[in-house]
Amino acid sequence: MSDLTASQAAGSESRGRAFGRFLSRYGILISFLILFVILSFAHPNFLSTGNLTNVLRQVSINGILAIGMTFVILTGGIDLSVGSILAVAGVVAGSLVTGGDPSHPMVAILAAVAVGAAVGTINGTLIARFGVPAFVATLGMLSMARGATLLYSDGRPIPNLSPAFRWLGQGFIAGVPVPVIVFLLVFVVAWIVLRFTVYGRWVYAVGGNVKSARTSGIPTRSVVFSVYLLMGALAGLAGAILTARTTSALPQAGLGYELDAIAAVVIGGTSLTGGIGSVVYTLIGALIIGVISNGLDLMGVSSYYQQIIKGAIIVVAVLVDRSRNLNP
Amino acid sequence: MSERKPIDQRAAGRAASAAGASGPSSRQGAAPPAPSAAPQPSSLPPAAAEAADDLLLAATSVTKAYAGVPALTDGRIQLKRGSIHALCGGNGAGKSTFLSILMGLQRSDSGAILVKGRLVHYASAAEALADGIAIITQELSPVLDMTVAENIYLGREPRRGGWFVDRRRMEADAAALFARLGFDIDPKARMRQLSVARIQLVEIAKAISRDSDILIMDEPTSAIGEKETATLFKAIRSLAASGVGIIYVSHRLTDIFSIADSYTVFRDGRFIETGALADIDRQRLISLIVGRDLRDAEARQTTARAETMIEMRNFARAGQFADISLAIAKGEILGLYGLMGAGRSEFANAVYGNAPRDSGEVLIEGRPVAIDTPSEALRQGIAIVTEDRKETGLVLSSSVSENIIVAALGRFARFGFVDGGKVAKSVEAQIANFRIRTASRHLPVQSLSGGNQQKVVLARCVETEPRILICDEPTRGIDEGAKREVYAFLSAFAAAGNAVLLISSEIPEILANADRIVVFRRGGIAGELTAAEATQEALVHLAS
Repeated sequence: MSDLTASQAAGSESRGRAFGRFLSRYGILISFLILFVILSFAHPNFLSTGNLTNVLRQVSINGILAIGMTFVILTGGIDLSVGSILAVAGVVAGSLVTGGDPSHPMVAILAAVAVGAAVGTINGTLIARFGVPAFVATLGMLSMARGATLLYSDGRPIPNLSPAFRWLGQGFIAGVPVPVIVFLLVFVVAWIVLRFTVYGRWVYAVGGNVKSARTSGIPTRSVVFSVYLLMGALAGLAGAILTARTTSALPQAGLGYELDAIAAVVIGGTSLTGGIGSVVYTLIGALIIGVISNGLDLMGVSSYYQQIIKGAIIVVAVLVDRSRNLNP
Repeated sequence: MSERKPIDQRAAGRAASAAGASGPSSRQGAAPPAPSAAPQPSSLPPAAAEAADDLLLAATSVTKAYAGVPALTDGRIQLKRGSIHALCGGNGAGKSTFLSILMGLQRSDSGAILVKGRLVHYASAAEALADGIAIITQELSPVLDMTVAENIYLGREPRRGGWFVDRRRMEADAAALFARLGFDIDPKARMRQLSVARIQLVEIAKAISRDSDILIMDEPTSAIGEKETATLFKAIRSLAASGVGIIYVSHRLTDIFSIADSYTVFRDGRFIETGALADIDRQRLISLIVGRDLRDAEARQTTARAETMIEMRNFARAGQFADISLAIAKGEILGLYGLMGAGRSEFANAVYGNAPRDSGEVLIEGRPVAIDTPSEALRQGIAIVTEDRKETGLVLSSSVSENIIVAALGRFARFGFVDGGKVAKSVEAQIANFRIRTASRHLPVQSLSGGNQQKVVLARCVETEPRILICDEPTRGIDEGAKREVYAFLSAFAAAGNAVLLISSEIPEILANADRIVVFRRGGIAGELTAAEATQEALVHLAS
């Protein structure tokens, strides 16, 4: 019966499978390039520097959230509360830089990150320490953090933010919008962490096979906890940037942002069951969402249609992911 | 394997102070089960100092019960440095429980485990690993989307600058490890790309790479072929030569006699005997494993008729089973025996249309039928009692009534509505028929005992009015009384002219209930015996 083992299993490594691997690795990039070329021809303004800068600026908020979400989803989790975390961090930051005696913008930014990290700590504790399913814990937090936002801001926008703070959302460095630079920095650091550090390997291992990770001596609970903490901090940072961009802190900011962040990760091919994926693909996923919205805007497609199209793309991306998992 | 840990000085000291009779490796007869009779940790192996020097592991009177049901009543083992020690026993002998306690995956209720002379009580696998005990489990748990090298060094990745993984060194270390073991595997390959046999080899390499003093191997050859087995055995021998103590668990007696030097036998959760393999032959080992007190039960009176009910031709599935052709006559109970992983359940599920097959056709009463889904199987009169009633057999939170009728709802429906009166009548009849002990048919199935749950599964099968019944381990985990009722049902079902395929790893059960027995080994048919010529020894011999 030895013939039933190695040789046959190796023989089933067919050309179809090799093609499937190629598609799963580069399919997302190819899709993006095709989309990009089509839009370049479809609308003359698409390729203009002004428009591309605009796309990147729009992408950066969702991109920062999506990078945090990649860590979470890689461990097999989910965070539905990112939009609310973003809002609560935004109003806290805004309240520090409004009025006649605004704080230094750095204080506001750090406060936003700290508030986000604090909320992430609660999520992480519930999930990693008490075993509450991530979906439920963060669904609860979605409501709680939103409520806290409304309570803190009394349900009203916080206007008159200091110009120094608004630079974070509206300024440029060497012609590149500041949010884009922050996003790229976050991206590069996340990429290095996931790809080259021991911690990064642990994130993949926990999502890939938590039992194996535990028996190998990996502190699986701490790893799970850490990704929600990280997600919270990044949502806080995104909250500060969004507030600085919109010139006043809005308590209803970030509604539905969790969906775009999850969509970017999923379109990027990161498996919702964990263990497979990369921030590079997430970056492309976020760009695809941004480029589609922008392209449809330019062509004057109604936002109602845009929602339908975006939803369909998410479902198709998951379908592709599923067929890949079914035929490994 | 660069350096071996020095032997614990306390072990040597304590053992030297204890004067004694026989060495730890000498044969001990079947000892009385009472824990008090076992040596206490303080009076460690009564042996010469140099013998105790060699003692890596000594476990005595280890017990463990699950919810009051004892799984292990007297677990013992003594493992010497450089020894390959076979731990033998049938299903339910308590080996797995014992090993998981050694490995810190579970806590014992009582008993003493000394590792290198130190009394230990591990709370986690990490503690056992840190103490130099590594295990290769039967159940593989690779992280499929990581590379081979990453899997091997999971949780202890070589680092650069404290934070970063030194990928190059990790891959070089893995390559060196494979070269030393003689495994031909690319460290950069993803686990997902590897065959089961190679994944098994990687898991083995992973355990070996920890440079442990004690290596536990639970059925390491269950998924690999002859060639890999030879490679593995060479690696095991060189490990033993370098001073590692190995506990080798396998049902394959051929493997045991070719690799191990000593043995310990467990039966029914108890230590039975230990000794050197040189002093024992295969027949004697089998009788120790099977037990002398278990008399071969009387074979049943066959009700088999001349006509064939079902014929299965050329069933094959890569990596699971190949070239399986079987026929069952009307009125016949065909027993299917084999070790875990021999492909029995996979084959049964393929026949039922619930698992993929590469080839294989089914003929019922000589007529070919296409069965690719369970619903087609049911339509053709085939029903299955699955191996795991809680996972695949029952909807635990639903009522007894719903569970009994769920597979045959069509018969109880009128214009799409379920006829409550008809259901009640049928279900009450089944409850009486199978003597299912439940206060009401409306109680959730999970409130019933295991035996009664199994009777609900059988009742449901009967409701589909099958002519062919596949039973995969139908009496696993149920009490004697319920077992007897299940056997009586199978016998009556066959006597009515139906066919039964009885899959079991309980030898007495197969012997007592089958007209004919087919033995599976590594996905193929190893032999066929009539009930009259079958004995426990013959079955074990064919299967291992």
